[in-house]
Amino acid sequence: MDAHTDKMASEEDATVVEPLDLIRLSLEERVYVKLKGERELRGKLHAYDQHLNIILGEVEETITTLEIDDETYEEIVKTQKRVIPYLFVRGDAVILISPPLRK
Amino acid sequence: MLFYSYFKTLVGKEVTVELKNDLSIAGKLQSVDQFLNIKLNAIRIVNETRYPHMKSVQNCFIRGSVIRYVHLPPEGVDLDLLHDATRREARGA
Repeated sequence: MDAHTDKMASEEDATVVEPLDLIRLSLEERVYVKLKGERELRGKLHAYDQHLNIILGEVEETITTLEIDDETYEEIVKTQKRVIPYLFVRGDAVILISPPLRK
Repeated sequence: MLFYSYFKTLVGKEVTVELKNDLSIAGKLQSVDQFLNIKLNAIRIVNETRYPHMKSVQNCFIRGSVIRYVHLPPEGVDLDLLHDATRREARGA
């Protein structure tokens, strides 16, 4: 009976039914997270829940700002980065989670 | 309830809570609730010169909804436990 329930458990682990299951596939892998406020995170996904609260490890945060030159009116795109060892991210700021984008 | 349980294991440890208004507060985690509201003891504002208005505050209650990040102490992170708990929660929920 134990072997049967174990097999059922691993089959459930592999089945992708809803969007949250797609995130499960990225557990322990590096992911790209887009947040509100022009922020992006790249880090290793260690935990998440249905609210999209997340715990990331070795994460690099990128904040993008758009500055407009007073005279020339040209837009200057600036980015600030910082690295944080372990980060809890509250889910209400999360826009999307994806495997890292390859350029 | 995954993160509620996780934060309960961090009670007593030093964390830094970064709020959505860009304020960063470091302190000892005193308590947490199901909404992930947080109480911190012995707080220190990280960028004190820019935000001097909490100089006399020692303890605070932070509503969970205003938190953007919580910087976790590396010794407070048990990866195997987190992975197992997440797999279980993901399957059940």
